[in-house]
Amino acid sequence: MPRPVQYNVNVKAMENPIGLVEAPEGAAGQGFFATKLSDVVGLARKNSIWPLPFATSCCGIEFMALMGAHYDLARFGSERVSFSPRQCDLLMVMGTIAKKMAPVVKQVYLQMAEPRWVLAMGACACSGGIFDSYPVLQGIDQIIPVDVYVPGCPPRPEAVLDGFMKVQELVGKEDLRRRNTEQYKNLLESYGIQ
Amino acid sequence: MTNQQIQQKLTGKFGEQLTSWEEPYGMLTFSSSKDLNLKVLQFLYDDPELKFQFLTDITAVHYPANLGNELAVVYHLHNLVENIRIRFKVFTDIKMPDVFSATALYSSANWMERETYDFYGVNFVGHPNLKRILNVDDMDYFPMRKEYPLEDQSRIDKDDEMFGRGNPPNLAHN
Repeated sequence: MPRPVQYNVNVKAMENPIGLVEAPEGAAGQGFFATKLSDVVGLARKNSIWPLPFATSCCGIEFMALMGAHYDLARFGSERVSFSPRQCDLLMVMGTIAKKMAPVVKQVYLQMAEPRWVLAMGACACSGGIFDSYPVLQGIDQIIPVDVYVPGCPPRPEAVLDGFMKVQELVGKEDLRRRNTEQYKNLLESYGIQ
Repeated sequence: MTNQQIQQKLTGKFGEQLTSWEEPYGMLTFSSSKDLNLKVLQFLYDDPELKFQFLTDITAVHYPANLGNELAVVYHLHNLVENIRIRFKVFTDIKMPDVFSATALYSSANWMERETYDFYGVNFVGHPNLKRILNVDDMDYFPMRKEYPLEDQSRIDKDDEMFGRGNPPNLAHN
Protein backbone atom coordinates (compact mmCIF):
# COMPACT_ATOMS: atom_id res chain seq x y z
CA MET A 1 0.00 0.00 0.00
CA PRO A 2 1.55 3.30 -1.05
CA ARG A 3 1.80 6.12 1.39
CA PRO A 4 -1.61 7.84 1.45
CA VAL A 5 -0.58 11.26 0.23
CA GLN A 6 -2.88 13.54 -1.64
CA TYR A 7 -1.95 12.50 -5.17
CA ASN A 8 -1.24 8.84 -4.61
CA VAL A 9 -4.26 7.30 -2.99
CA ASN A 10 -5.80 5.02 -5.62
CA VAL A 11 -4.67 1.43 -5.41
CA LYS A 12 -4.18 0.00 -8.88
CA ALA A 13 -4.22 -3.68 -9.59
CA MET A 14 -1.31 -4.94 -11.69
CA GLU A 15 -2.40 -6.48 -14.96
CA ASN A 16 -0.10 -9.44 -14.49
CA PRO A 17 0.98 -9.62 -10.87
CA ILE A 18 3.78 -12.06 -11.62
CA GLY A 19 5.32 -12.14 -15.06
CA LEU A 20 5.44 -15.71 -16.33
CA VAL A 21 6.64 -16.86 -19.69
CA GLU A 22 4.26 -18.75 -21.93
CA ALA A 23 4.60 -22.52 -21.80
CA PRO A 24 5.76 -24.04 -25.07
CA GLU A 25 3.41 -26.03 -27.27
CA GLY A 26 2.84 -29.56 -26.06
CA ALA A 27 0.43 -32.17 -24.87
CA ALA A 28 -0.93 -31.54 -21.40
CA GLY A 29 -2.98 -33.87 -19.28
CA GLN A 30 -3.63 -34.62 -15.66
CA GLY A 31 -0.27 -34.62 -13.95
CA PHE A 32 1.90 -34.50 -17.04
CA PHE A 33 3.05 -32.17 -19.76
CA ALA A 34 4.94 -33.38 -22.79
CA THR A 35 6.86 -31.16 -25.17
CA LYS A 36 10.09 -31.00 -27.11
CA LEU A 37 13.32 -30.84 -25.15
CA SER A 38 14.65 -28.10 -27.43
CA ASP A 39 11.65 -25.90 -26.60
CA VAL A 40 12.21 -26.24 -22.86
CA VAL A 41 15.94 -25.64 -23.15
CA GLY A 42 15.32 -22.69 -25.44
CA LEU A 43 12.80 -21.26 -22.97
CA ALA A 44 15.25 -21.54 -20.11
CA ARG A 45 18.15 -20.14 -22.08
CA LYS A 46 16.39 -17.19 -23.61
CA ASN A 47 15.06 -15.94 -20.28
CA SER A 48 18.37 -16.05 -18.48
CA ILE A 49 20.89 -14.69 -20.93
CA TRP A 50 23.96 -13.46 -19.07
CA PRO A 51 25.48 -10.58 -20.99
CA LEU A 52 29.16 -9.69 -21.08
CA PRO A 53 29.40 -5.97 -21.78
CA PHE A 54 32.46 -5.17 -23.86
CA ALA A 55 32.04 -1.41 -23.76
CA THR A 56 34.77 0.77 -25.25
CA SER A 57 33.09 4.12 -25.85
CA CYS A 58 29.88 6.14 -26.00
CA CYS A 59 27.66 3.12 -26.71
CA GLY A 60 28.79 1.86 -23.31
CA ILE A 61 27.22 4.93 -21.71
CA GLU A 62 23.98 4.10 -23.47
CA PHE A 63 24.29 0.57 -22.15
CA MET A 64 24.51 1.93 -18.61
CA ALA A 65 21.14 3.59 -19.18
CA LEU A 66 19.88 0.27 -20.48
CA MET A 67 20.96 -1.50 -17.31
CA GLY A 68 19.48 1.22 -15.12
CA ALA A 69 16.02 1.28 -13.58
CA HIS A 70 14.38 3.18 -16.40
CA TYR A 71 15.00 0.75 -19.27
CA ASP A 72 15.89 -2.18 -17.04
CA LEU A 73 17.40 -5.04 -18.96
CA ALA A 74 16.75 -7.14 -15.84
CA ARG A 75 13.17 -7.58 -17.03
CA PHE A 76 14.52 -10.00 -19.60
CA GLY A 77 16.34 -12.16 -17.10
CA SER A 78 19.64 -10.46 -17.82
CA GLU A 79 20.31 -8.52 -14.67
CA ARG A 80 23.33 -10.69 -14.05
CA VAL A 81 25.94 -8.86 -16.08
CA SER A 82 29.10 -10.87 -15.81
CA PHE A 83 32.64 -9.75 -16.37
CA SER A 84 33.96 -13.26 -16.68
CA PRO A 85 33.59 -14.52 -20.25
CA ARG A 86 33.40 -18.11 -19.03
CA GLN A 87 30.04 -17.50 -17.37
CA CYS A 88 28.45 -15.54 -20.18
CA ASP A 89 26.09 -16.37 -23.01
CA LEU A 90 25.96 -13.08 -24.89
CA LEU A 91 28.91 -10.91 -25.84
CA MET A 92 27.70 -7.33 -26.27
CA VAL A 93 30.33 -5.35 -28.13
CA MET A 94 29.59 -1.67 -27.73
CA GLY A 95 31.83 0.94 -29.22
CA THR A 96 34.74 1.45 -31.56
CA ILE A 97 37.10 -1.48 -31.73
CA ALA A 98 40.60 -0.45 -32.76
CA LYS A 99 42.62 -2.93 -34.76
CA LYS A 100 44.91 -3.33 -31.79
CA MET A 101 41.89 -4.26 -29.68
CA ALA A 102 40.73 -6.92 -32.14
CA PRO A 103 42.77 -9.81 -30.66
CA VAL A 104 41.34 -8.95 -27.23
CA VAL A 105 37.75 -9.14 -28.48
CA LYS A 106 38.53 -12.40 -30.18
CA GLN A 107 40.13 -13.84 -27.06
CA VAL A 108 37.12 -12.87 -24.95
CA TYR A 109 34.89 -14.58 -27.50
CA LEU A 110 37.07 -17.70 -27.44
CA GLN A 111 36.91 -17.83 -23.65
CA MET A 112 33.13 -17.96 -23.69
CA ALA A 113 31.58 -21.41 -23.51
CA GLU A 114 29.20 -22.67 -26.19
CA PRO A 115 26.45 -21.85 -26.81
CA ARG A 116 27.40 -18.20 -27.19
CA TRP A 117 25.89 -15.28 -29.03
CA VAL A 118 27.21 -11.90 -30.10
CA LEU A 119 25.41 -8.59 -30.33
CA ALA A 120 27.14 -5.68 -32.08
CA MET A 121 25.84 -2.38 -30.75
CA GLY A 122 26.29 0.87 -32.64
CA ALA A 123 27.69 1.88 -35.98
CA CYS A 124 31.32 1.37 -34.94
CA ALA A 125 30.94 -2.21 -33.77
CA CYS A 126 28.77 -3.02 -36.80
CA SER A 127 30.85 -1.42 -39.53
CA GLY A 128 33.55 0.87 -38.18
CA GLY A 129 31.08 3.75 -38.35
CA ILE A 130 32.53 7.16 -39.09
CA PHE A 131 36.03 5.88 -38.39
CA ASP A 132 36.85 4.83 -41.93
CA SER A 133 40.53 4.94 -41.11
CA TYR A 134 43.71 2.91 -40.64
CA PRO A 135 43.53 2.15 -36.90
CA VAL A 136 39.88 1.07 -36.64
CA LEU A 137 38.48 -2.37 -37.22
CA GLN A 138 35.77 -2.06 -39.86
CA GLY A 139 33.14 -4.00 -37.94
CA ILE A 140 33.66 -6.78 -35.42
CA ASP A 141 32.37 -9.33 -37.93
CA GLN A 142 35.88 -9.12 -39.37
CA ILE A 143 37.07 -11.24 -36.44
CA ILE A 144 34.08 -12.97 -34.80
CA PRO A 145 30.64 -14.07 -36.03
CA VAL A 146 27.83 -11.67 -35.06
CA ASP A 147 24.22 -12.69 -34.45
CA VAL A 148 22.46 -9.34 -34.11
CA TYR A 149 23.49 -5.87 -35.29
CA VAL A 150 21.99 -2.80 -33.62
CA PRO A 151 22.62 0.27 -35.80
CA GLY A 152 22.75 3.83 -34.50
CA CYS A 153 25.32 6.29 -33.28
CA PRO A 154 24.70 5.55 -30.50
CA PRO A 155 21.45 3.57 -30.63
CA ARG A 156 18.80 4.47 -28.07
CA PRO A 157 18.27 1.98 -25.25
CA GLU A 158 14.96 0.98 -26.88
CA ALA A 159 16.88 -0.04 -29.99
CA VAL A 160 19.21 -2.18 -27.91
CA LEU A 161 16.24 -3.74 -26.16
CA ASP A 162 14.83 -4.55 -29.57
CA GLY A 163 18.15 -6.09 -30.56
CA PHE A 164 18.23 -8.01 -27.30
CA MET A 165 14.75 -9.39 -27.96
CA LYS A 166 15.99 -10.47 -31.39
CA VAL A 167 18.77 -12.35 -29.61
CA GLN A 168 16.18 -13.94 -27.31
CA GLU A 169 14.23 -15.03 -30.37
CA LEU A 170 17.33 -16.64 -31.85
CA VAL A 171 18.22 -18.29 -28.55
CA GLY A 172 14.71 -19.61 -27.97
CA LYS A 173 14.39 -21.12 -31.43
CA GLU A 174 17.87 -22.52 -31.75
CA ASP A 175 18.10 -26.17 -32.62
CA LEU A 176 20.01 -28.15 -30.01
CA ARG A 177 22.22 -29.66 -32.69
CA ARG A 178 23.02 -26.40 -34.43
CA ARG A 179 26.44 -26.05 -32.78
CA ASN A 180 27.39 -29.49 -34.08
CA THR A 181 26.38 -28.89 -37.66
CA GLU A 182 28.80 -28.73 -40.56
CA GLN A 183 27.51 -25.26 -41.39
CA TYR A 184 28.34 -23.89 -37.95
CA LYS A 185 31.77 -25.48 -38.01
CA ASN A 186 32.42 -23.93 -41.40
CA LEU A 187 31.34 -20.55 -40.05
CA LEU A 188 33.83 -20.75 -37.19
CA GLU A 189 36.45 -22.12 -39.56
CA SER A 190 36.03 -19.03 -41.74
CA TYR A 191 37.03 -16.96 -38.70
CA GLY A 192 39.95 -19.25 -37.90
CA ILE A 193 38.26 -20.56 -34.74
CA GLN A 194 38.34 -24.27 -33.99
CA MET B 1 65.64 35.79 -20.74
CA THR B 2 64.22 36.85 -24.08
CA ASN B 3 64.09 35.10 -27.43
CA GLN B 4 66.83 37.45 -28.69
CA GLN B 5 69.18 36.38 -25.89
CA ILE B 6 68.54 32.71 -26.63
CA GLN B 7 69.16 33.30 -30.31
CA GLN B 8 72.40 35.19 -29.56
CA LYS B 9 73.68 32.41 -27.34
CA LEU B 10 72.92 29.77 -29.95
CA THR B 11 74.41 31.69 -32.87
CA GLY B 12 77.44 32.44 -30.68
CA LYS B 13 77.99 28.70 -30.34
CA PHE B 14 76.81 27.33 -33.70
CA GLY B 15 76.98 30.38 -36.01
CA GLU B 16 75.45 29.94 -39.44
CA GLN B 17 74.66 26.28 -38.86
CA LEU B 18 71.33 27.22 -37.31
CA THR B 19 68.83 28.55 -39.82
CA SER B 20 65.19 29.48 -40.38
CA TRP B 21 64.83 31.63 -37.28
CA GLU B 22 61.24 32.68 -36.70
CA GLU B 23 58.86 33.49 -33.87
CA PRO B 24 55.34 32.31 -34.70
CA TYR B 25 53.06 33.47 -31.86
CA GLY B 26 56.13 34.45 -29.88
CA MET B 27 57.69 30.97 -29.80
CA LEU B 28 61.30 30.90 -30.94
CA THR B 29 61.74 28.36 -33.73
CA PHE B 30 64.83 27.33 -35.66
CA SER B 31 66.33 24.46 -37.66
CA SER B 32 69.66 22.80 -38.14
CA SER B 33 71.06 19.99 -40.21
CA LYS B 34 70.09 16.60 -38.86
CA ASP B 35 73.70 15.64 -37.98
CA LEU B 36 73.81 18.49 -35.53
CA ASN B 37 70.64 17.74 -33.57
CA LEU B 38 72.29 16.09 -30.55
CA LYS B 39 74.96 18.78 -30.26
CA VAL B 40 72.33 21.51 -30.25
CA LEU B 41 70.13 19.66 -27.75
CA GLN B 42 73.10 18.96 -25.49
CA PHE B 43 74.09 22.63 -25.55
CA LEU B 44 70.53 23.73 -24.76
CA TYR B 45 70.46 21.24 -21.90
CA ASP B 46 73.88 21.94 -20.37
CA ASP B 47 74.18 25.70 -20.71
CA PRO B 48 73.75 27.20 -17.21
CA GLU B 49 71.52 29.99 -18.50
CA LEU B 50 69.49 28.22 -21.18
CA LYS B 51 68.65 25.09 -19.13
CA PHE B 52 66.17 23.61 -21.58
CA GLN B 53 66.01 20.41 -19.56
CA PHE B 54 62.44 19.34 -20.23
CA LEU B 55 61.49 17.71 -23.52
CA THR B 56 57.80 18.46 -24.01
CA ASP B 57 57.30 16.66 -27.29
CA ILE B 58 58.89 15.08 -30.30
CA THR B 59 56.86 14.80 -33.44
CA ALA B 60 57.34 14.85 -37.17
CA VAL B 61 55.78 16.53 -40.18
CA HIS B 62 55.69 15.24 -43.71
CA TYR B 63 56.17 17.82 -46.48
CA PRO B 64 55.86 15.82 -49.70
CA ALA B 65 56.73 18.85 -51.85
CA ASN B 66 59.96 19.57 -49.99
CA LEU B 67 62.10 17.22 -52.09
CA GLY B 68 65.17 15.86 -50.33
CA ASN B 69 63.94 17.16 -46.97
CA GLU B 70 60.50 15.61 -46.80
CA LEU B 71 60.42 14.75 -43.10
CA ALA B 72 60.79 17.34 -40.35
CA VAL B 73 61.48 16.10 -36.83
CA VAL B 74 60.32 18.69 -34.31
CA TYR B 75 61.57 18.98 -30.73
CA HIS B 76 59.60 21.08 -28.26
CA LEU B 77 61.80 22.13 -25.34
CA HIS B 78 60.86 23.83 -22.11
CA ASN B 79 62.94 25.75 -19.59
CA LEU B 80 60.99 25.04 -16.43
CA VAL B 81 62.83 27.61 -14.34
CA GLU B 82 62.10 30.59 -16.56
CA ASN B 83 59.03 29.05 -18.19
CA ILE B 84 60.23 29.52 -21.76
CA ARG B 85 59.48 27.22 -24.63
CA ILE B 86 61.35 26.82 -27.92
CA ARG B 87 60.91 24.67 -30.97
CA PHE B 88 63.77 23.02 -32.85
CA LYS B 89 63.45 21.26 -36.20
CA VAL B 90 65.69 19.02 -38.24
CA PHE B 91 64.84 17.92 -41.77
CA THR B 92 65.68 14.60 -43.34
CA ASP B 93 65.33 12.80 -46.65
CA ILE B 94 62.40 10.38 -46.60
CA LYS B 95 64.46 7.80 -48.47
CA MET B 96 67.01 7.67 -45.63
CA PRO B 97 65.19 8.98 -42.55
CA ASP B 98 68.01 8.42 -40.05
CA VAL B 99 68.13 10.89 -37.16
CA PHE B 100 70.21 10.51 -34.01
CA SER B 101 68.19 9.48 -30.98
CA ALA B 102 67.90 11.87 -28.04
CA THR B 103 67.19 9.09 -25.55
CA ALA B 104 70.62 9.39 -23.90
CA LEU B 105 69.90 13.03 -23.11
CA TYR B 106 66.17 12.93 -22.36
CA SER B 107 64.68 9.66 -21.06
CA SER B 108 61.25 10.90 -22.09
CA ALA B 109 62.39 10.77 -25.71
CA ASN B 110 62.08 6.98 -25.61
CA TRP B 111 58.31 6.69 -26.12
CA MET B 112 58.07 9.90 -28.17
CA GLU B 113 60.62 8.63 -30.67
CA ARG B 114 58.84 5.30 -30.84
CA GLU B 115 55.62 7.14 -31.60
CA THR B 116 57.31 9.27 -34.25
CA TYR B 117 58.79 6.13 -35.78
CA ASP B 118 55.40 4.45 -35.63
CA PHE B 119 53.58 7.16 -37.56
CA TYR B 120 56.28 8.67 -39.78
CA GLY B 121 58.97 6.02 -40.05
CA VAL B 122 61.78 8.22 -38.75
CA ASN B 123 64.66 5.86 -37.93
CA PHE B 124 66.15 7.09 -34.66
CA VAL B 125 69.74 5.85 -34.66
CA GLY B 126 70.79 4.72 -31.19
CA HIS B 127 67.30 4.21 -29.79
CA PRO B 128 67.30 1.18 -27.43
CA ASN B 129 63.94 -0.27 -28.53
CA LEU B 130 62.69 1.28 -31.74
CA LYS B 131 59.45 -0.55 -32.49
CA ARG B 132 55.82 0.39 -32.95
CA ILE B 133 54.08 1.73 -29.85
CA LEU B 134 50.49 2.62 -30.80
CA ASN B 135 49.62 0.84 -34.02
CA VAL B 136 49.29 -2.90 -34.58
CA ASP B 137 52.65 -4.61 -34.80
CA ASP B 138 52.06 -6.11 -38.24
CA MET B 139 51.32 -2.76 -39.88
CA ASP B 140 53.69 -2.41 -42.82
CA TYR B 141 53.38 1.31 -43.52
CA PHE B 142 53.63 4.64 -41.70
CA PRO B 143 50.11 5.97 -41.61
CA MET B 144 50.68 9.69 -40.99
CA ARG B 145 52.81 10.13 -44.09
CA LYS B 146 50.89 11.92 -46.79
CA GLU B 147 51.22 8.98 -49.12
CA TYR B 148 47.99 7.21 -48.30
CA PRO B 149 44.29 7.89 -48.76
CA LEU B 150 42.59 8.75 -45.47
CA GLU B 151 40.01 5.98 -45.70
CA ASP B 152 40.60 2.32 -45.05
CA GLN B 153 41.14 0.84 -48.51
CA SER B 154 40.36 -2.69 -47.31
CA ARG B 155 36.68 -1.76 -47.07
CA ILE B 156 34.57 -3.13 -49.91
CA ASP B 157 31.08 -2.57 -48.52
CA LYS B 158 31.06 1.22 -48.39
CA ASP B 159 29.40 2.94 -51.31
CA ASP B 160 31.65 5.80 -52.38
CA GLU B 161 28.73 7.74 -53.78
CA MET B 162 27.22 7.91 -50.33
CA PHE B 163 30.44 9.38 -48.97
CA GLY B 164 30.72 12.12 -51.60
CA ARG B 165 33.69 10.55 -53.31
CA GLY B 166 32.38 10.46 -56.86
CA ASN B 167 31.52 7.39 -58.80
CA PRO B 168 34.50 5.07 -59.37
CA PRO B 169 33.70 2.34 -61.90
CA ASN B 170 35.03 -0.55 -59.80
CA LEU B 171 32.40 -0.01 -57.09
CA ALA B 172 29.42 0.10 -59.44
CA HIS B 173 28.07 -3.18 -58.01
CA ASN B 174 26.86 -1.37 -54.92
